[in-house]
Amino acid sequence: MKIDLTDTTASKVNKALVRGRRAIGTPAVGMVLTMVIVTDEENAYDSIKAAEEASHEHPSRTLVVIKRHARNPRERTHPRLDAEVRVGSEAGTGETVVLRTYGEVSEHADSVVLPLLLPDAPVVVWWPADAPEDPARDPLGALGRRRITDLYAVENPMAVLRARQRSYAPGDTDLAWTRLTLWRSMLAAALDQARAAVTSAAVEAEADNPAAELLARWLEARLRVRVDRVVTAGPVVTTVRLGTEDGEVVIDRPEGPLATLTLPGQPARRLALKVRPTSELLAEELRRLDADEMYAVALRGEATEEPAAHV
Amino acid sequence: MITVSEATDTTDTTDGAGAETPEGAAGPGAGAPAADGAPAADPVTGTGTPDGRARGPAEGPGDGPAEGPGDGPADVPAALSAPPAGWANPLRDPRDRRLPKVAGPSGLVIFGVTGDLSRRKLMPAVYDLANRGLLPPGFSLVGFARRDWEDQDFAEVVHDAVKEHARTPFREEVWQQLAEGMRFVPGDFDDDQAFEQLRKAVDELDASRGTSGNYAFYLSVPPRFFPKVVQQLKKHGLADAPEGSWRRAVIEKPFGHDLRSAKELNAIVHEVFDPDQVFRIDHYLGKETVQNILALRFANTMFEPIWNRSFVDHVQITMAEDIGIGGRAGYYDGIGAARDVIQNHLLQLMALTAMEEPASFDAASLLTEKLKVFRAVRLPDDLGRHTVRGQYAGAWQGGAKVRGYLEEDGIDQTSATDTYAAIKLGVDNRRWAGVPFYLRTGKRLGRRVTEIAVVFQRAPHSPFDAGATEELGQNAIVIRVQPDEGMTVRFGSKVPGTSMELRDVTMDFAYGESFTESSPEAYERLILDVLLGDANLFPRHQEVEESWRILDPVEEYWASHGRPAQYTSGSWGPAEADEMLARDGRSWRRP
Repeated sequence: MKIDLTDTTASKVNKALVRGRRAIGTPAVGMVLTMVIVTDEENAYDSIKAAEEASHEHPSRTLVVIKRHARNPRERTHPRLDAEVRVGSEAGTGETVVLRTYGEVSEHADSVVLPLLLPDAPVVVWWPADAPEDPARDPLGALGRRRITDLYAVENPMAVLRARQRSYAPGDTDLAWTRLTLWRSMLAAALDQARAAVTSAAVEAEADNPAAELLARWLEARLRVRVDRVVTAGPVVTTVRLGTEDGEVVIDRPEGPLATLTLPGQPARRLALKVRPTSELLAEELRRLDADEMYAVALRGEATEEPAAHV
Repeated sequence: MITVSEATDTTDTTDGAGAETPEGAAGPGAGAPAADGAPAADPVTGTGTPDGRARGPAEGPGDGPAEGPGDGPADVPAALSAPPAGWANPLRDPRDRRLPKVAGPSGLVIFGVTGDLSRRKLMPAVYDLANRGLLPPGFSLVGFARRDWEDQDFAEVVHDAVKEHARTPFREEVWQQLAEGMRFVPGDFDDDQAFEQLRKAVDELDASRGTSGNYAFYLSVPPRFFPKVVQQLKKHGLADAPEGSWRRAVIEKPFGHDLRSAKELNAIVHEVFDPDQVFRIDHYLGKETVQNILALRFANTMFEPIWNRSFVDHVQITMAEDIGIGGRAGYYDGIGAARDVIQNHLLQLMALTAMEEPASFDAASLLTEKLKVFRAVRLPDDLGRHTVRGQYAGAWQGGAKVRGYLEEDGIDQTSATDTYAAIKLGVDNRRWAGVPFYLRTGKRLGRRVTEIAVVFQRAPHSPFDAGATEELGQNAIVIRVQPDEGMTVRFGSKVPGTSMELRDVTMDFAYGESFTESSPEAYERLILDVLLGDANLFPRHQEVEESWRILDPVEEYWASHGRPAQYTSGSWGPAEADEMLARDGRSWRRP
């Protein structure tokens, strides 16, 4: 069911949530986290859809913060909060609250979000686009244990990548990095089979692809070799080559979801390596809510000496 | 709780690595330059695949690939064997928790691949694993059965099975990756030629798919064929792992029908496969909720202090089915519910519920603790009063008319096979002395459910008057194993209103609600564990033998005393079972 609230406050939204849950007859739900999506109207629909799909794996309360730009001076001086509360079948497995902020409320969106967070459960903040310069210091970002940005959604990914590197705080993560998991998993599995020291490496991808850059940095950090960046027509990352003394280990995905793995001395075999939709990326992202140290390593492009967290 | 289970995973992995570290350290200075400057944690790096240790020289000369047909140039295997055993994959790091535990290079050979289990569970599980990216590139699936099939026909059958039964959506590219590694070997278990062909298929896959000689043989066949199959595997050199690789046997229940036959069966299998390389499937142990029993008990503080005789009144473990024996008369008659279910599933659940905290979360420590429970189990002195068996009688069940056990096709009118069994067990140790464990199972009961109910004692003193607490039952923690996996806590609460009146309420945790509708099937987890060589979730032969030792006296008593009681199909068992608990001043839960 859906409840619309105009010119409202967080406590009225809370009441509406309880009312909605009572009405559909499930007063107790096992939601495991609060997901805060900070977006504009343009990206809201797709983001909510992805979050709802991901909520099948991680039932959550989704708070969507949409900052509205006022078109005339009168609206600018009149701060207002509108909310749309969705529970039950319209909100995946959890509950969704869409918050539209006008005027000065937009500057203080955290004051709206804070009372709506689930008690004790972890908070994840996701900016599908227009992430702040320093996510961890952003008022909304500071509420989150995990902050998800997306380098694919920026104008100049390489410049933003540098900014992310400077502002990195534990808990930061980026969907460009999530997109690499299948690649990295297959590369590690390939090396399990090749069992040889890597002496050279190359990442081939479309120009200015941030995921390719992260992959190259990760390989540099882990393999301690220089990784060549080769520009191809794409789409996204097309090939990774690891040179060993026995020959090259190559994973090649020119197009489509089927890649080819070549190991020295063995016939080529095919691998499923698809480009995953945002909902799957998000679901992977929510599987672990502690800091992703390997992302930090990849951002910096160098191996860190600090000992592993708890082994 | 998700962090809990993952944390245990981590521990588990680390242990595997711990075991291999000394070996690795001994190896001549790892060929990988990356290893030199790598962080201190690096010895652990290989942990993503604990079987990594087994792979070292696998690709050395003289191994499968060299003699395979086709294109493996003679010089390459030699070059590949260069990295010493201490080789650690620089792309793996325990901090990198996104990278899934992918099985190492390997293949799975299924005997009896045309069977129901294989089509409904094994093949879909293999596909689901591939779809989740948990199988190595080049993973191969070999089917063996008495059918006149080509590889393509086999692939077709698998394709249909996957489409119908797989949990994850069908994706063409995943299918193609799998289909390339499918082989079929037609033949009988007596047929030397067929096993010769199987050996060739395995060698060919080593060469063309890089399976490195690592194979698991899944015996999805009736146990009477086990001796033949394992002997054939031995005779044709399939059971002998080439240096540095592994060969594992996977077997399904029944593991014998009494202690003597179980020992015989174990002897036959162990003659060919090392006991550590034999994986006995008890699919219950692959279920999330069962694994969660250990997380619940040992990762939390609030349950363990009351998990003993000071607070627990008794424990009920129930596995009920609403179906009859169906077409399985030949298998079921003469075996019965106790042998079919109590001996393995229920005693395993009981062991997990009753055991002490293991020293660590590895197979050896778990085995130690479970064996301690089994050895402490005491049967009641008077088996007649504290065990009950029954047979379902024809009736209307859930709106359909069903036949009684004795009227089923292929069942002898005079059969004394139990379709319902309930027994009372004690555990003679400091934690459980005096706390009865009631185990019951049956076919054609009220509904399909498996659960463990830990029922607590009443409060020693109640300040409320008797009228207020009239409706108050005993507190209980119920672990629902299936369906609707989860946990319920039952306790008393005040009824809203002016008078003081207390009533039982329940608090519920459902897996479907808090995590994923996509928790993996038991077989996915178990097959992956076999390929990873992780034996945590597999009962060892000692456990099998101990549980027969517990059950044998009951079966002997039943064989010489009376007949099974009749119970109405769709009910919760014979009246005798209710009397059995009434004698102790208790009653069965209605699950």
